[in-house]
Amino acid sequence: MENLIGLLVLAPLLGAGVLLCGGRRLDRSGPWLGTLLAAVSFALGVVLFADMLGKGGEERALDVTVFQWVPVGGFRADVGFHLDQLSMTFVLLITGVGSLIHLYSVGYMAHDERKRRFFGYLNLFLAAMLLLVLADNYLLLYVGWEGVGLASYLLIGFWQHKPSAATAAKKAFLVNRVGDMGLSIAIMLLFTTFGTFAFDPVLTRATDAGEGKLTAVALMLLLAACGKSAQVPLQSWLGDAMEGPTPVSALIHAATMVTAGVYLITRSGAVFDAAPDAQTAVVTVGAVTLLFGAIVGCAKDDIKKALAGSTMSQIGYMILAAGLGPIGYVFAIMHLVTHGFFKAGLFLGAGSVMHGMNDEVDMRRYGGLRTYMPVTFVTFGLGYLAIIGFPGLSGFFSKDKIIEAAFAKGGTEGWILGGAALLGAAITAYYMTRVMLLTFFGEKRWQPDAEGEMPHPHESPRTMTVPMIVLAFGSVFAGGLFSINDTFLKWLEPVTGHEEGHSPVSALTVTAATMVVLVIGVAIAWAQYGRRPVPVTAPRGSLLTRAARRDLLQDDFNHVVLVRGGEHLTRSLVYVDHSLVDGVVNGTAASVGGLSGRMRKLQNGYARSYAVSMFGGAAVLIAATLLMRAV
Amino acid sequence: MNPVNYLYLAALLFTIGAAGVLIRRNAIVIFMCVELMLNACNLAFVTFARLHGNLDGQIIAFFTMVVAAAEVVVGLAIIVTIFRSRHSASVDDAGLLKL
Repeated sequence: MENLIGLLVLAPLLGAGVLLCGGRRLDRSGPWLGTLLAAVSFALGVVLFADMLGKGGEERALDVTVFQWVPVGGFRADVGFHLDQLSMTFVLLITGVGSLIHLYSVGYMAHDERKRRFFGYLNLFLAAMLLLVLADNYLLLYVGWEGVGLASYLLIGFWQHKPSAATAAKKAFLVNRVGDMGLSIAIMLLFTTFGTFAFDPVLTRATDAGEGKLTAVALMLLLAACGKSAQVPLQSWLGDAMEGPTPVSALIHAATMVTAGVYLITRSGAVFDAAPDAQTAVVTVGAVTLLFGAIVGCAKDDIKKALAGSTMSQIGYMILAAGLGPIGYVFAIMHLVTHGFFKAGLFLGAGSVMHGMNDEVDMRRYGGLRTYMPVTFVTFGLGYLAIIGFPGLSGFFSKDKIIEAAFAKGGTEGWILGGAALLGAAITAYYMTRVMLLTFFGEKRWQPDAEGEMPHPHESPRTMTVPMIVLAFGSVFAGGLFSINDTFLKWLEPVTGHEEGHSPVSALTVTAATMVVLVIGVAIAWAQYGRRPVPVTAPRGSLLTRAARRDLLQDDFNHVVLVRGGEHLTRSLVYVDHSLVDGVVNGTAASVGGLSGRMRKLQNGYARSYAVSMFGGAAVLIAATLLMRAV
Repeated sequence: MNPVNYLYLAALLFTIGAAGVLIRRNAIVIFMCVELMLNACNLAFVTFARLHGNLDGQIIAFFTMVVAAAEVVVGLAIIVTIFRSRHSASVDDAGLLKL
């Protein structure tokens, strides 16, 4: 069994190597090879899962050290894997959704010349992400963390001939770098405190370190999570990341990579539990982002950007839950898994719509597509019902639990967090209904594309619809399956721990309140976009709408504060460099130059003046000798 | 006669020679002044030999004369060559290392 863990990571890594180095002869078979290796990885994951189910709750964790990576004196950094229920959940999500999206990409990228490279990058991403969740120490986790960042960069900029895609890739990379800095500082702090990178001693002995130090580590980990999971204040890259091909948005920027921050916080739970101040920061970030993303999602007309806002908001829920400590860890992961299903399904649906509409992304130019794309309509619709939390579907169970947990935090904090989560649920219902109505209902608002060709919407090929159907099944049933008898809670509890909070309101009240806000959100969206015809060009909108269209001015803020500030800083540094540093250097050079200019005059070329200096020198020598004699 | 007077004469001749080297521009004259300084030294050496009653000073005077003769041969050859190419024996004109 231990060897299978290594193979799990190795299969997609092998695929990446073969596809990226294989050359043109793999152009035709490459996509299927990549898909096959992803599926192999998933199969191995299922085998390991079956094996794990056969053991008791406490003995399920599997540890394997593959090789010593950096053995230098007392310093040890090993490549080792730790497979417990938490990483198992991620492995199944990553390889399962990953395989489906590989399959979808076979159809979606069929006409792209560079699809071999695309599948190579996708496999590279799978390998890095598996390394991230399977690592048994922070250093190896960091390798995976950087690996998924690299894959994300390569895939966002996959259509690099478009300047917007190239810029978006650079932006994602740079913003992530800020977060990665946080992770590397956290790892260094952990190493200086505990003398090791491994999870086991660090997390079991976490409370030995002082609270101040743990708070510092936890805040740095939070920074890392903010970067990778697009949380405020490092959220600005996710909207632009939609420049990448849609399967990438579905896999990396919705289902898996952006949830790495939630994994990091849950995995480092012991550190956060011992640092209450940092936990407050985590829940604040989560609550702010879940509203921020939801508001942005309401104003976007680009279907993928609306979904990106929604992703940001849903991950805000997860971060919020993870910040609640043992009350919320399980529900954060549960929402992460159900979100992986329905958001990946929604993105694949969006890709399918774009596929049929000549790559149009503006929802105001869709309309009435439900009869033309029945499969897409049904699967997207089920994903929609799941995300807004329609009773009985996945999102209902997982989101409801998070809202309950937020109230259970207790005190004023609990009311604020619970209120924010409820408000978020209302806005979620609003913007998702808006997406649904604009795309599939109403009259046709199709416009000719750049070449003047009218779109002919049609259902996508089988390779694309099958993954959508499978994900739709997940969106419908996953939450229910997890919640019957608290299956998911019992599954994860040995790793993350769990405690019931003391909620000031009963679970039934919370569910009822969620239903009420859900109906209100849907009703408002219906009144605005269902009853009235929708204009093809967006109206000017209120001040808030315009701000939300510009991502709530996040780029403007970054530009004014960071870019301008940075420019001013560099300019003043250049000034200091020119005037002070260069001044000293140039001054030295000028004085030496001036002195030698005077000295040069001694060399005038007249023999007699040299003779004078000779005689003068001789005279001085004689005088000195005589003087010494006399003394 | 007091041998010290010879030393005064030698000092006088040396000074005249040195002044000539510093002041004059004609290479031949400078050359003659150099000879004058050398011979002033010779005179001083011989005088010291007489004063000390040994032959050391006289031997050194011989060396000086041999070196001076060799120097005259080389120096005059250079001066004549310079004069041939420049039609002047002024040391100021020969300020460059090339002809």
